[in-house]
Amino acid sequence: MTTVAAQITPLDAAPPASRQRWIERLAGLGFAAPAFILLVLTNLAPLAALAFLSFTNYELGALDFSFVGLKNFGTALQDPVIRRSVTNTLLYVAIVVPGGVLISLLVAILIHRRKRTRALYEVIYFLPVTSTLIAMATMWQFMLHPTLGLINQALKSLGFAEAAFLSEPRLVIPTLAAIGIWQLVGFNMVLFLAGLSAIPRDLYEAVDIDGASHPIDRFLKVTWPMLGPTTMFVTVTTFITAFKIFDTVAVMTRGGPGGASEVLLYAIYLEGFQYFHMSYAATLTLVFLAFTLVFSVLQTFILDRRVHY
Amino acid sequence: MAGLTLRGIGKTFGDTAVLNNIDLDIADGEFLTLVGPSGCGKSTLLRIIAGLESQDRGSVSIGGTSVDHMRPHERRIAMVFQNYALYPHMSVFDNIALPLTMTRLSLFERLPLMRHLSLRRRRVMDEIAREVRVVAEQLRIETFFHRRPGQLSGGQRQRVALGRAMVRHPQAFLMDEPLSNLDAKLRVHMRGELTELHARLGATMVYVTHDQIEAMTMSDRLAVMDHGEILQLGTPADVYELPATIAVAQFIGSPAINLFPARVGSGGQIELLGRTLPIDVRNAPAPELTIGVRPEAMRIGGGPCTITCRLRRRENLGSESILHFDLVASPEVPVLCRIDNGMPIPEGEVTLAFEPRDCHVFDNNGRRIEVESRNAASRDVRRASEVR
Repeated sequence: MTTVAAQITPLDAAPPASRQRWIERLAGLGFAAPAFILLVLTNLAPLAALAFLSFTNYELGALDFSFVGLKNFGTALQDPVIRRSVTNTLLYVAIVVPGGVLISLLVAILIHRRKRTRALYEVIYFLPVTSTLIAMATMWQFMLHPTLGLINQALKSLGFAEAAFLSEPRLVIPTLAAIGIWQLVGFNMVLFLAGLSAIPRDLYEAVDIDGASHPIDRFLKVTWPMLGPTTMFVTVTTFITAFKIFDTVAVMTRGGPGGASEVLLYAIYLEGFQYFHMSYAATLTLVFLAFTLVFSVLQTFILDRRVHY
Repeated sequence: MAGLTLRGIGKTFGDTAVLNNIDLDIADGEFLTLVGPSGCGKSTLLRIIAGLESQDRGSVSIGGTSVDHMRPHERRIAMVFQNYALYPHMSVFDNIALPLTMTRLSLFERLPLMRHLSLRRRRVMDEIAREVRVVAEQLRIETFFHRRPGQLSGGQRQRVALGRAMVRHPQAFLMDEPLSNLDAKLRVHMRGELTELHARLGATMVYVTHDQIEAMTMSDRLAVMDHGEILQLGTPADVYELPATIAVAQFIGSPAINLFPARVGSGGQIELLGRTLPIDVRNAPAPELTIGVRPEAMRIGGGPCTITCRLRRRENLGSESILHFDLVASPEVPVLCRIDNGMPIPEGEVTLAFEPRDCHVFDNNGRRIEVESRNAASRDVRRASEVR
């Protein structure tokens, strides 16, 4: 009797274990779906649209467009503005990453052991992070003014020659980098402070008993290795932030003098929103993304091997 | 190896006094345990000996030399920490070698890149490697030299920490609850290993623990501490058999000692719950007394000293049981009795007996007072009752 029933309705006779597995798999997909859809809509679809645009000659406001293949990429490779922008951006990153990481580490170590004044110093160093750089740029513009500026006044009183920080082509990127570091130090410092607090105190005591009482030994044997994961995180985030340099250039120099402070993101902005070359801007954005991705992955792999967790 | 001398050590944190006038002599080669409840000041005392904390008053000498002005590593002591404090980014070998590289190489020779410039470094490192190997063989850890502490089990980490302490042949070993992070079985095992290690090295060891079993089983002498003072200093047998205060009696011995309120009766004998015990008290400062009887000295049956109790519950430990009673006269007083399994478990109201010589009598300040028991032939009485 039961065999007959099984032949008539094979669905009901499916072994309960495999059916259970199906239900679980469907439920799992159901739970993952909202996050996946959101990810597609917010991250992957725009990226695909960007890639799509970069193969066209679309201009903002145009009614139609055609495919041009890799022509945009070819133009970008030949474009002196883009070459200059990439070099400038790399120079900026090369100054900001070591500066922003090492100075914030130094500041964090200096104020970590302070008891009463630690909170005060934390606030002071963190202030630039909370203020918007656009507003602060006005302040820097004044500070760096060739004759009235506080910095030049100080240089003059110390007997040095005055410098036109923002209008001297050789100085403009280092100056912007200094402002970039100034803005980053507070944030990185907070990360380093968290890392420092997580180092167990008995490691310092053990190293003290073992004979490493010199501050350099304590730093090399305990602090620096134990801060490995924090340092890696700080370096990668600093790198990405530095690569995105835009606001100081847009507000203070507009790429000048004579293209000496043109950077990648500013070039993209000009192409896209000033000259309306949307497809070209999309191409440059892809190049920009590729740069950050390659560098971040490289850093993570190289550092990851040397970092102890 | 060297002995240690502490004279008048005092320490306060803010308004709280953590150590009051501690005097302690630790002989060369002795295993001395500082034992007490948490917050009693034992770890602080150890850290003062190590130089990790500075005392407010008093002085520490190691091997007859005052070390008060010295930094921790100059005191030539080794310390084993509760959490081992191994350097997580270094291999086992590097962890053990660190104390030697620190003392034998100059700062220049230890710097990351500069060190390759030193011609001497290689020779020194070979020498260090040889010494590390000797220590590792003693502890049987040479097979995982190249692993990191994170890849080791608790017991293995413990051994590496010991190796790091042993490698420099310190004047004394200081150990701060080194076994408390191990599971129960491993703790018992490491207890044995540490005792053997102490015998083999003949080293002076100061051992801090809150576990009275560790204190009893491992020490030559133990110092029971509470509220920043040493309550009693003596061999484990002394402390168990002749506790100096109620606090010591309560702390040492498991399960904890039974305490009964009593008083000095008219004839100079002790009165317990209205019954007169055959114990004479001569020098009690006040009539109020406390009597302590260990659970292992209690038995079911009659005798010269008895109390009436009601059974609440039984804890079976396998070979023996711990019976929890309430005193019938005042049920808030718990009474514990340890019996061999196989003895019948009583029900309802039970008479518990103990010998006068098993009574620890404390005055109203909690200090031990010497008493004289009248019944000298108590041992025979006990045997008779056990047979019955």
